[in-house]
Amino acid sequence: MMRFISQRLAMALPTLLLISLMVFAIIRLVPGDPALLMLGDMADAHSLEVTRAALGLDQSLPVQFLIWGKAVLSGDLGHSITTNQAVLPLILDRFQVSAGIVLVSVLLAALIAVPAGLFAAWKQNSSLDFSVVATATLLLSIPSFWLGLLLLYGFGIKLGWLPVVGYVSFGDAPWQALSYVVLPIVTLTLVELGAITRMARASAIEVLRLEYITHARAKGLSEGAVLWRHALRNAFAPTLTLIGLILGNLLSGIAVLETVFTLPGIGRLMVDAIYARDYPVLQGCLLLVTFVYVLVNLLVDLLYPLFDPRVKL
Amino acid sequence: MTASDALLSVENLQIRVGPDGHLAVDDLSFTIAPGEIVALVGESGSGKTMAARAAIGLLPPPLQICGGAVRFQGRDLNTMQPEELRGIRGAKIGMVFQEPMVSLNPSLTIGEQMAEGMRLHTQYSDAQIRERSLKMLGHIGIADAERCLTSYPHQFSGGMRQRIMLASVMLLRPALLIADEPTTALDCLAQLDVLKLMLELTREEGTAILFISHDLSLVARYAHKVVVMREGKAVEQGTIDRILLAPQAEYTRQLLEALPRRGELVPLPPADGPLLEVDGVCIEHPGPRSFWGRTQYKRVVHSASLTIAPGETLALVGGSGSGKTTLGRAVVGLNTPCEGAIRFQGVDILKAANRNHRLQCQMIFQDPFSSLDPRMNIGEILAEPLRHEPNMSAEQRRERVARTLIDVGLGEQYVDRFPHQLSGGQRQRVAIGRALVRHPKLVIADEPISALDMTIQKQILELFERLQAQYGFACLFISHDLAAVERIAHRVAVMSQGKVVEMGPRNEIFDNPQHPYTRKLLAAASPLEKLEGGGYRIRPSPVPVML
Amino acid sequence: MNKPLPASAAEPGALALSAPIRASQPWRMPPLNALIGGFLLLLLLVVALLGLVWTPSDPLSLNLLARLQAPSAAHLLGTDEYGRDVLSRLMIGAHTSLWISILTVSMAIVAGTLIGLCAGFLRGWVDRCLMMINDALLAFPGILLALGLMAIIGPSLYGIVFALSLAYTPSVVRVVRGTVLSLREREFVEASRVIGNSELYTMLRHIAPNCIAPVCVLATSMFGWTILAESSLSFLGLGVPPPAATWGNMLAASRPYIATASWLGLFPGVCIALSLLAFNLSGDALRDRLDPRMRK
Repeated sequence: MMRFISQRLAMALPTLLLISLMVFAIIRLVPGDPALLMLGDMADAHSLEVTRAALGLDQSLPVQFLIWGKAVLSGDLGHSITTNQAVLPLILDRFQVSAGIVLVSVLLAALIAVPAGLFAAWKQNSSLDFSVVATATLLLSIPSFWLGLLLLYGFGIKLGWLPVVGYVSFGDAPWQALSYVVLPIVTLTLVELGAITRMARASAIEVLRLEYITHARAKGLSEGAVLWRHALRNAFAPTLTLIGLILGNLLSGIAVLETVFTLPGIGRLMVDAIYARDYPVLQGCLLLVTFVYVLVNLLVDLLYPLFDPRVKL
Repeated sequence: MTASDALLSVENLQIRVGPDGHLAVDDLSFTIAPGEIVALVGESGSGKTMAARAAIGLLPPPLQICGGAVRFQGRDLNTMQPEELRGIRGAKIGMVFQEPMVSLNPSLTIGEQMAEGMRLHTQYSDAQIRERSLKMLGHIGIADAERCLTSYPHQFSGGMRQRIMLASVMLLRPALLIADEPTTALDCLAQLDVLKLMLELTREEGTAILFISHDLSLVARYAHKVVVMREGKAVEQGTIDRILLAPQAEYTRQLLEALPRRGELVPLPPADGPLLEVDGVCIEHPGPRSFWGRTQYKRVVHSASLTIAPGETLALVGGSGSGKTTLGRAVVGLNTPCEGAIRFQGVDILKAANRNHRLQCQMIFQDPFSSLDPRMNIGEILAEPLRHEPNMSAEQRRERVARTLIDVGLGEQYVDRFPHQLSGGQRQRVAIGRALVRHPKLVIADEPISALDMTIQKQILELFERLQAQYGFACLFISHDLAAVERIAHRVAVMSQGKVVEMGPRNEIFDNPQHPYTRKLLAAASPLEKLEGGGYRIRPSPVPVML
Repeated sequence: MNKPLPASAAEPGALALSAPIRASQPWRMPPLNALIGGFLLLLLLVVALLGLVWTPSDPLSLNLLARLQAPSAAHLLGTDEYGRDVLSRLMIGAHTSLWISILTVSMAIVAGTLIGLCAGFLRGWVDRCLMMINDALLAFPGILLALGLMAIIGPSLYGIVFALSLAYTPSVVRVVRGTVLSLREREFVEASRVIGNSELYTMLRHIAPNCIAPVCVLATSMFGWTILAESSLSFLGLGVPPPAATWGNMLAASRPYIATASWLGLFPGVCIALSLLAFNLSGDALRDRLDPRMRK
């Protein structure tokens, strides 16, 4: 078991290294003096000198990478050019907002989609199955930002039930905070429902074809027991992989939703950073999001044996 | 036996595929008395599996019963309420299936799966269930029963899985056991084990068996009654002795004729020296690759030696895991031995300059469904080996392809067809044609008939004989079934666990086997022999058969 | 925003082999998803091509007198905040979206197939290196990569194409490599070796053609991803620079007027959704068609 975990971790490390390399490369590829980019146009000569020394610009690129890497590992990601805040606490703060919304949406979507997909597979080719597939395909085809706009229009403006802009953190006022996040969560849930339902249905159809399902029925088990005990566990594994991927991707894709609902999340932070040429912040965001993606997939890998014991522990 | 005494009574059963599809089962009638063993025998498409499913009420959706009835202990299964039917399933009627790979749920432990049926149908406590499971596992020969309960199916071999499934079904002591080709996917030794176990367990409980099979000789040993099916209809039924001694229907006779028999062998051409020499060959397979450590190798073939003379057929026989396929692949160049030498016409085949071996040594693979490229038509498949013939014009190639197609029993019109348009037997003919199109001197046939129906197997074996007489190639015929090789092998080599344990001329091996493993294989082979008057009987075997 | 899925998460059956489609098959009514998907695809293509040569009004001309007009006979889908005809701009947008998708998907497929074939064929350390880079690239969600590149070079159409094809190539590599690895051990591939064909010939003649089917299915999905990604980027203001009309930046521009001119937010979204639907349905139909289990 420990061997399995350490093996997986070991395989993830080179990926993380390569990603850091890529992030480092992206920033260095921007034309111009790196120190100037880090500090902004308004910096004075003295700070520029200090930064140049700190970045190790007089040394070779690999050494610069090591210096940068060391700084990152010790938590120093620089300071935002626009607000002068330390980058790490800033991005972590914003990340909380995005992560909260993403996690809740994906969980909700999974809770609805997996049973729906299983049910549709059980009643394959019936009119129920057809409507489930049709709905899922439609939901899959709707861009999240458009759906967000529509819901905002419908519930925020026309009906006036929910606030249109802004955000309040849960720590301050839970009920009010809820009203701000309901629409984004509903939007995201609806969009992800499509993909997860289709995947759950497809893998359930595969599983229901197999002989051990007939065997379970031959034992006299009710259909419900067959679906729950036998089909679900085996069908869930590919869906789990999909959910992991979705989680990771959403953290970057949520930028559009945060724009629509004006939420202070990490997606919008990234976009603003690009507009403002705030490279330290951009770098920090890139690093955080990609690292989380790798970690989430690692977690999914580790959970996989729970659902498919054939994967060697 | 009146219908009211019978345990299971199938009356004029008709099963249709969909509301207006064709009939999968047409007017089938037979009865099973308590404790009786009835075999439903037929080839693919005969409807036997569908009849078995109907007997437990588990017909897959497009199929439905459109006429007749299936009565269990007098009650019609088709008109029962679902809850009542579920109560019968498992408790009164048990079923075991064909594919050991997918018949057990891979994500539940053995213990959970065994307990499931008992929890549903009996009042035993968990402790009692566990005790019974352990006892049963010990009974079927599992060494460490405790550990088995917490293990997963993929940790066991196919034969073990079938026995576990059998055990868990019999734990509920059903009155009727439906066995749907439970041994077809196993090699002959494992087959025997599973059959023995099945008979033992059912005899103890007085359970009747409905045994579905495509192999008449398999059921001949112990079935009381046989129903022969073809294309949905029962062509003949009766006691096993009567069927064997005096088969009435033409089809039954065909099935019996299909069992391979010893016959005259193709005479060998004069030769000066062996065509192929395998000398002390050892082959290793890499084990699972670990991230940090080096890969460990497992020795699969230990110091194997054999020779083949030109024009001769050497049968290489053994159970699964014996290394016979690995050795065969090494002869044709798909594996590399780590020790020993393989010499073709005196020259070591591992020498890079030996192109002759590549050209003269061809292979026929086992699975007709995956040995042909689905994107190429038959003409292209047969023409491909001719790429390496330096002096053939396009016209000559076309002619050779056409000639080969006719020789293997297909016509020239097959040139434009694609593999998926052909049946299994036809595809295997194409595979044989592909191996022979260059007139090689040696052909390795890796279980070429195992995946086919009995009557088709006979046709392919006949084809083989004819082609060998015509083309004069030597053959290394790999098989797990001794019966199949009895007909065409000049000499037989028996392999067990990577070693060649016995080798000799055909008649000696079959009449006077020395090694215990050879005897075991013989015991598992077909026991039928033809009598003077045209009937068959179970042949007295040189080895005591414990059935 | 959707993101390319590695082969392991692709729906089961996606790696199935297929036989070439023969004309001798009797013609049966195509399934519903093929019909609707095909129809929508055709519509998209027609509109995009039409937009190249003709639009009801000039999409770029400003007419401040006619701004924010609701749909009418003169302007079938209304006018935007600068008085430009919405329908005409949508048609131009179709053309842009399709052009970007075609470029991106083509580049990703060509690059991905070549790399995937190499990795599957050569194996050993070459394969492991390539897969490590591949996994790292996959970890960079497509939008991020595009965003990163925009930060460096500034927004441009070819920049987007480059960034997105870089983001999607790893998915193609995974699918192709996976197919190659599973095909290598198939009996007809071994038969090719036994006949005496070289590894390279076996690769090109037997393995590569059998990769076409899964790649085609992936390609239809990629078209959808690209359209979505491109419109998301435009929505964020980081897409094709103005005054080009793309569905994404039309949606973005509609936000201030959401209460007063709601049609501005409706039609571009409908276009994106219909295009995505077209590709999803066509992809489904293609996958069903190529799945050997579904064929008789």
